[in-house]
Amino acid sequence: MRLTALLVAALMWLAPLPALAQDAAAIVAENREQIEKPSRQTIGPVIAALAASGDPMADDILTAWEDRRLVIRKSDQAMFIAVTEGDGFALTALDGTAAGSAVAADVTALKPNAGVRGLIATALVQFTLSDPDPTIRADALASIARDPTAEALEPLRASLVSEEDPVLKAQKERLERFLTLRFDADPAARVAAIESLGTDTSLDVRAALNPLVATKRVASLGDPPGNLARTLVPGTDLTTVEAYDILVAASLAPARLTLEDQRAALLANIVDGSVGGIPVAALNTQEARNRAYTALEVAGTVPTAATDDEVTAALAAHSFHEVYVEPDATVTSAATATLAAIDRKVAFMQAADLGLDALSLAAIFFLAAIGLAITFGVMGVINMAHGEFITMGAYTGFVVQLFVPDYTLSILIALPVAFAVTFGAGVAMERLVIRHLYKRPLETLLATFGISIALQQILKNVFGTQARPLTAPGWLDGALEFNDVVSISYIRIAIFVLALIFLMFFLYLMKRTRLGLEVRAVTQNPAMAASMGINPDRINMLTFGLGSGIAGIAGVAIGLYAKVTSEMGADYIVQSFMTVVVGGVGNVWGTLAGATMIGSLQKVIEFLNPSNTLAAQTYMILFIILFIQFRPRGIIALRGRAAGD
Amino acid sequence: MTRRSFFARNPSALIFIACLAVFTLAVTLMSEAYGPGLISTSFVKTLGKTLCLCLVALAMDLIWGYAGILSLGHMAFFALGGYMIGMWLMYARTEEIVVTALAQGGLPATPEEIQQGIATQIFGVVGSSDLPAIWSFAHSLPLQLILALAVPGLLALGFGWLAFRSRVTGVYLSILTQAMTLALALYLFQNDSGLRGNNGLSGLQNLPGLGDTAQDLVSIWFFWASALALGLGYLTLSWLVSGKFGSVVRAIRDDEARVRFLGYPVEVYKLFLFTLTALIAALAGVLYYPQAGIINPAELAPIASIYLAVWVAIGGRGRLYGAVLGAAFVSLLSSLFTSGRLPDIPLGPASLNWVDWWLVILGLSFVAVTLFAPKGIGGLFDRFQHIGAPDRKGAQLGPDDGSLQEQEAQK
Repeated sequence: MRLTALLVAALMWLAPLPALAQDAAAIVAENREQIEKPSRQTIGPVIAALAASGDPMADDILTAWEDRRLVIRKSDQAMFIAVTEGDGFALTALDGTAAGSAVAADVTALKPNAGVRGLIATALVQFTLSDPDPTIRADALASIARDPTAEALEPLRASLVSEEDPVLKAQKERLERFLTLRFDADPAARVAAIESLGTDTSLDVRAALNPLVATKRVASLGDPPGNLARTLVPGTDLTTVEAYDILVAASLAPARLTLEDQRAALLANIVDGSVGGIPVAALNTQEARNRAYTALEVAGTVPTAATDDEVTAALAAHSFHEVYVEPDATVTSAATATLAAIDRKVAFMQAADLGLDALSLAAIFFLAAIGLAITFGVMGVINMAHGEFITMGAYTGFVVQLFVPDYTLSILIALPVAFAVTFGAGVAMERLVIRHLYKRPLETLLATFGISIALQQILKNVFGTQARPLTAPGWLDGALEFNDVVSISYIRIAIFVLALIFLMFFLYLMKRTRLGLEVRAVTQNPAMAASMGINPDRINMLTFGLGSGIAGIAGVAIGLYAKVTSEMGADYIVQSFMTVVVGGVGNVWGTLAGATMIGSLQKVIEFLNPSNTLAAQTYMILFIILFIQFRPRGIIALRGRAAGD
Repeated sequence: MTRRSFFARNPSALIFIACLAVFTLAVTLMSEAYGPGLISTSFVKTLGKTLCLCLVALAMDLIWGYAGILSLGHMAFFALGGYMIGMWLMYARTEEIVVTALAQGGLPATPEEIQQGIATQIFGVVGSSDLPAIWSFAHSLPLQLILALAVPGLLALGFGWLAFRSRVTGVYLSILTQAMTLALALYLFQNDSGLRGNNGLSGLQNLPGLGDTAQDLVSIWFFWASALALGLGYLTLSWLVSGKFGSVVRAIRDDEARVRFLGYPVEVYKLFLFTLTALIAALAGVLYYPQAGIINPAELAPIASIYLAVWVAIGGRGRLYGAVLGAAFVSLLSSLFTSGRLPDIPLGPASLNWVDWWLVILGLSFVAVTLFAPKGIGGLFDRFQHIGAPDRKGAQLGPDDGSLQEQEAQK
């Protein structure tokens, strides 16, 4: 309703203009002198008259004038629109009829200065805004949106009526509101435009509103000048140094003497090895230097500088305020209210976005940790080389992509191949090393660590130290955007889905298959399981291979969004152990809970301190150390015999 | 009952001290400062640093080999000690430079100007010109030395108290200590941590007030100090582990629950050991970093502490000389292989570059030691003395891991 009223008002205001329809050539002839020697101050009405003439030639004339193609033929002083043609120009008379051609020497081009060209360009906006070509209209809109000016408002309103493209019309109406709220002469119209925005969270709405509530700090002796935002108290709202700087900048108080200036003044006034009666050698404290400077001040050799007392007095005498740059209070209060409403909505959106981020980070941690949950959680084997298995998976993906150029196909091939490679590596490691150390868990940690060092260095030697690309298929590019605030990239969604698949796979494997049954039996009591005909060696080998194979697949997934280097796995190993330990050993739901907790925690800390992801990780680890104090067995602790001790 | 003297009961301590003394004397007489210069100054520094690493390996052996607590965070205490002494070294050295520079200006410098100059000089690299609060004591060597022990000591005390009272043991404790050092490293990597972020502290080899003294002399002094610290540390620790205290500690390693039921405050013992070893590590760090000349947060990375475990494991756990041997052997070998001075070995079309492959060799030999020679290098000494573990073959006769086995029982 309000919008319609606004439009009607705008239309009524614009209505008289077409009535002035007049021949463009005649206007030029009338104002010939001004056009030949235009000045920015006086040419305005002429350009406006041309623009408003309604003559289709006005557009051409103005464009030519701006491009310095409006020429005067030397022979008869007639004015033409020139178009470069070979060495000379093709001439068109101002009424649109062709007028032959001329060589460059025969004509003089009008050269309006930059200020005048700016005025012409603004006038031309009206023509581009109603240009028959929709792309030109869209470009014109974009350029106004990029650099909004008060001059663009009227042409924009004028062009609204004739706009037929519904999309462009909507854009124009939106832009018209942005311009109205900033530049309209009538405060009521501005307030109406501001309020019509409602709680639109788009970035451009906020960009349009923010200049209205921009403030500056001022100092004054009496009442605050202008549109007051708030009063500042030196010492609480701003430091006394800042407050005094404002006074100095406004020339309300003399500058304070900086230490450098004092030093220079003292150096300049050394007489016979002393300054102001104090020997130079004694000037090694600030107090002595102040005394020397005061002596110089008394002697009149240096200008008087503000002392601390004077600074205090000056601060007390003035009051400090933050005032809006925008003078109209109704506009600023409307803008503040609308921005506050938008901010509330944005905060809500940000929380949703943070939730999405946290979920996707949790999915990554879960993927990296689920292999560990099997080897560490179920078998109790510490595998420090788990990170290198992740790296191996990622490099497998890289190698597959060298041979299979199609990205979708290569990823589909890479997943099982990575599983096979790391499954093999895991089985080999279990057979050769870990089998001998089941009773010495601390030494498993060390031996697998030795393997981790060796594997990492081998990978570095083979693939080099620079990051290798693992390219995601094209259909995973981009992000799913809900609005300007909430979005999530498709790769993260894919990783999330993959994590879900693994969770289901793991649950199915452990609870519904023969292998899972045997794994659980061997975990709980190897001797009893063996006496029931289960081969514990074989089960241990398969379990370990499975955990390693899942690490390989996780490597492919992580490699899709992170750089593949020989150290990428090592970045995840401590966090993966944390995930398993925090979640609760021996339980996949625990791993899920751990990953969710660590993921959301890290995102929340990053949100609170966005400049510093390192600090976020530090605080997170500290939190985990403390968390272990209160729940040493993790979030989901096994009870009774299943706990193992 | 007459008590035999300490050395009579611990002949290995006497032998160790004698070897260390001979070694120190030999290096001194061959150094550039006091001899013909058979050993270059940089190698004297390497040897001095190695002695410090041996000292921290001793600490690691006490906490891991004797008490069975595999701490993967002791290099954090080592580096913290280094940071604390580095702060004084850097501050005092910069102060000299700043005072000299300001003296050119015509007026004698005020304390504020000196302070400001030092802050700008040290923190310009991280875009700051204020001295953080943690540098408040950096002007004083005694205060900073106290901090060098107090900071790691209190950290170990706090961390250990939290960890041991909630009965975190075994691999959980290892991972927790690893997380601790990782958190500390990540924290120090920030520019606003107040310790120059990843630039770390540098120029530590220049001792304040000794600008005119040649590095030849300084390096040998530090070598002596390191040797002295190592000798004293060895004696203290071998005294500690040879008495009743040592017996309780070993018992905690072998069966913690049983010791607890016998009435010993296991957590207090562990906390004492954890803090003591952290202090020793910090002391080693204080001596190490002036010789290394630079310290940065990478020194606290979890990998550093794991290397420490590698040294002790290769040297032989549960015997102090094993830790020293392992640290010296592996770290010297490591600096030899990574120096790039060894020629490549041609292997057909490819060639074996030692710098590239040394870590592979180290990792694999570490696996081999863990699997086949759990006693490490120290096990060789047992061969000499004909102390061997019983050859345990056959089925176990009892339900527990330590039970006699068939062939043992037949002996």
